[in-house]
Amino acid sequence: MRIELEKRAKISALFSILSPFIAFLLTIIFGGIMFALLGKNPVTALYSFFVEPLSEVWSLHELAIKAAPLILIAVGLSVCFRSNNWNIGAEGQFIMGAIAGSTLPVVFYEWQSPLVLPLMMLMGMLGGALFAAIPAFLKAHMNTNEILTSLMLVYVAQLFLDWLVRGPWRNPGGMNFPETRTFAPDAILPELIASGRTHWGFAFAIIAAILVWFMMRYTLKGFEISVLGQSERAGRFAGFSSRRMIWFSMLLSGALAGLAGISEVSGAIQQLRPVISPGYGFTAIIVAFLGRLNPLGIIAAGLVLALTYLGGEAAQLSLGVSDKVTRVFQGLLLFFVLSCDTLIHYRIRLVWYRFTASDLDRSR
Amino acid sequence: MKKLLLALASTAAVIGFASAAAAQEKAKVCFVYVGSKTDGGWTQAHDIGRLELEKQLGDKIETQFLENVPEGPDAERAIERMARSGCGLIYTTSFGFMDATIKIAQKFPDVKFEHATGYKSAPNVATYNSRFYEGRYIQGVIAAKMSEKGVAGYIASFPIPEVVMGINAFVIGARSVNPDFKIKVVWANTWFDPGKEADAAKALVDQGVDILTQHTDTTAPMQVAAERGIKAFGQASDMIAAGPKTQLTAIVDTWGAYYVKRTQAFLDGKWETTSSWDGLKDGILTMAPYTNMPDDVKKLAEDAEAKIKSGELKPFTGPLKKQDGSEWLAAGASSDDGTLLGMNFYVEGVDDQLPK
Repeated sequence: MRIELEKRAKISALFSILSPFIAFLLTIIFGGIMFALLGKNPVTALYSFFVEPLSEVWSLHELAIKAAPLILIAVGLSVCFRSNNWNIGAEGQFIMGAIAGSTLPVVFYEWQSPLVLPLMMLMGMLGGALFAAIPAFLKAHMNTNEILTSLMLVYVAQLFLDWLVRGPWRNPGGMNFPETRTFAPDAILPELIASGRTHWGFAFAIIAAILVWFMMRYTLKGFEISVLGQSERAGRFAGFSSRRMIWFSMLLSGALAGLAGISEVSGAIQQLRPVISPGYGFTAIIVAFLGRLNPLGIIAAGLVLALTYLGGEAAQLSLGVSDKVTRVFQGLLLFFVLSCDTLIHYRIRLVWYRFTASDLDRSR
Repeated sequence: MKKLLLALASTAAVIGFASAAAAQEKAKVCFVYVGSKTDGGWTQAHDIGRLELEKQLGDKIETQFLENVPEGPDAERAIERMARSGCGLIYTTSFGFMDATIKIAQKFPDVKFEHATGYKSAPNVATYNSRFYEGRYIQGVIAAKMSEKGVAGYIASFPIPEVVMGINAFVIGARSVNPDFKIKVVWANTWFDPGKEADAAKALVDQGVDILTQHTDTTAPMQVAAERGIKAFGQASDMIAAGPKTQLTAIVDTWGAYYVKRTQAFLDGKWETTSSWDGLKDGILTMAPYTNMPDDVKKLAEDAEAKIKSGELKPFTGPLKKQDGSEWLAAGASSDDGTLLGMNFYVEGVDDQLPK
């Protein structure tokens, strides 16, 4: 017996809309079963996972803080992925953006002016974009595989940061511990509203998502991205250059990842440390696909994924379950979302199959 | 869907009340862990301390924990969640939680905080640490007796004062027995990575060391030592299971003693901020049984341990020279704690350049 996926002739518009909700419902059902098997009350567990983090103002702020870098990076990646450029190195671009932007408050810490913050943001974008330019150049001019080069550059960025904070950028007043001096007040991204810690990074994420959505939907550039992504040959006939597209998409996503990096460092951490990201650049890949590579969908996906992190903590505290449960839960969610989406486009067909002598020959 | 939500909300409300009522009876003591509570090293040692605390004071308190909390904004959120959920005393058990602890402590002046291995405190933030170096001195004494070549290998994690202090203590202990003793250091740049630690161990053995010690958390170096037929020391937990014929002793972190002491003070209303740096005599670290060594070496190790406990022996006591040969401590002079906590130089006998 064989299982085949057969492309559907017509895609149901209704189920395209319903699919995320069905996936969410399935996650809740199977998550509930998992909690029951662990001997916990599924209703309490699901409550602390999905409702408790949304029931308090401070927690909503934390949600925005956690979601901001995910959304910002994922929006950039969506342009890359749409145009068939597989930038897996957003984590590295995030770190390089953070380093480039932090030059001002760490090295030129005596210079204080209202110009510091905007300059930091610009330098962060530049740092991320320049770092993404390396795999872009290699792909555009040497035809290397950008998945490999961008991924491997992540380690370069991580080790460079590590070296900086243990060596030349180490805080002279920090007892030799590996961290830079803390940023001066005018190098810190201000809070968005007075009720909590959410900083401007979240606003950047929303603005970026809307701008990219507009570009994809209403501009020639957006059309060019989709066409080149779906068929490079067709794109060439239309006069689009896939080489220029490599540069455009990689630089854009690098700049957004860099902006996410400097916003996170300036708004939330307020100094450089050996590790500044718990894998945002990689989680953002999940967010991008969860949002179906649509910038507005990515906003929702980023918030949902951030919610599972916060909910996981709440569940750990109120139920005493392991933090691994959070990972399993995220896995469940992703599995159901992607499989529901697949079933919109494909139907499953079981192929009953009788072995013949020639099959045996072939398998030998 | 509406019904489901209603059911969810009402059950939750009932449960919410129930847990609020329980919280009034028992004080909540909470722990933030940087790793998994079954990591076999640093975090597990803290969790064993938490369980010890539950065993001793379980009728008056309940404990909660969050594990695998990344340092940075996530830590801030985790600590704030604890403070908001009614934890009265919160232990944050990694150096990297320092600034997060201080920030949240300012927001919640009525909650008490205890931060491990940091140097920033506040009226409601105490710091605590363990004098691991006392155990390393004893290891050095044993190593100098047991090594035929007079060279030991040291697998180090990161060049922070804590680790440099341990390397120096080991060398000073070894040189108290054999003045020509040397050590080679490999920086693994990780706290927890079996592969890297094993590679570091193999590299050191290939360079001719015949004793291994580590300031990283996995048992991988112990296993390499067992394969190559040399002796080694365990770290953070008793690693005898990984090398029954290999482990000489191990530094075992026993935080429970401290947790019980401080939580009792908290319950009695006598909690005050301190900078505590306890050692062997306070029971915050213990030496695993001295095994795989002749009786005279064992005797020497036990003597050193007893002298450190009684205060007669302080590992960092002159005459001591720095690596470059310049004098550090004159005969009879002991180092102050401040110098130790910011230590960024080697003493004589370390065959390595401190990464800058």
